[in-house]
Amino acid sequence: MNHDENVIAMTQHHAHVDKVGAKMGMWLFLFTEVLLFGGMFLVYAVYRYQYSEQFHIAAMELNTTIGTINTIILLTSSLTMALSIAYIERNKKSLSILFLSLTILLALIFLVNKYFEWSAKFEHGIYPRSEELLNRPSGQILFFGLYYVMTGLHGLHVVIGIIVLSFMLVFLLKNKITSENYNKLENSGLYWHLVDLIWIFLFPLFYLIQ
Amino acid sequence: MDKQHHKIEISTYIIVWLSLLAFTSITVTIAGISLGKYTLLIALSIAAIKSALVINIFMHIKFDEPIFKAFLALSGATLIIIFVLTFFDIIYR
Repeated sequence: MNHDENVIAMTQHHAHVDKVGAKMGMWLFLFTEVLLFGGMFLVYAVYRYQYSEQFHIAAMELNTTIGTINTIILLTSSLTMALSIAYIERNKKSLSILFLSLTILLALIFLVNKYFEWSAKFEHGIYPRSEELLNRPSGQILFFGLYYVMTGLHGLHVVIGIIVLSFMLVFLLKNKITSENYNKLENSGLYWHLVDLIWIFLFPLFYLIQ
Repeated sequence: MDKQHHKIEISTYIIVWLSLLAFTSITVTIAGISLGKYTLLIALSIAAIKSALVINIFMHIKFDEPIFKAFLALSGATLIIIFVLTFFDIIYR
């Protein structure tokens, strides 16, 4: 930001906001998230290399249909998130609110599906340290361990996303987020898209092994 | 700043979303066909294309400050280095 732009901003009675700085902080945070999940993907890669047969057998038990549905839900929620930002940019507050609410709704549906998916696994006795699982070869124990940790951590990110996006919804309703200043919404959007990105890789690695 | 701020058309977002759905159905269909060792490669390539779409358009990276691209490249490069070094160890152990 140069001096002239600062002066213009002040004369227009707008609080000076460092848009680039705000976004930069968010990207740095996303960088740490990539490394957090990256470490887990690394563990997955090594064990899949060492126990590829057992990973294939174990993965057959995952429900591809529910995984595909959740993929479609998350991709759509990314669209509605992007649209919410696009509409506040165009000063259409109610459309922005509508699409942000849809994003939160889709995130909730994702979690409901996850709940049914996990409880079906629990019913079959497949959960960390269950007797059924511990009697299986170590490759399968590792597969399901990674499945629970990685989709679990991802699910936790979805929960945090819902909380963050709900705050954004309140800010939108209270005019704390406007077409002049929507950094908060943009940064929350970046976080939400990251959650989608991680799922884009989790989906084929866990649900699509044949 | 605002004059330079690139607004992405609504229709662009819809097209990207439709492509993402198309790639999802392709990857699910391909997973059903037995392609042996290429299955993983194809699945990961499709995932990479999908993430490129999300990062470039939904996350605006294509139209944002170059510094954000540098962040992304740095985190990507870090991951690749960690993966390559680890697999050198695992494969040649």
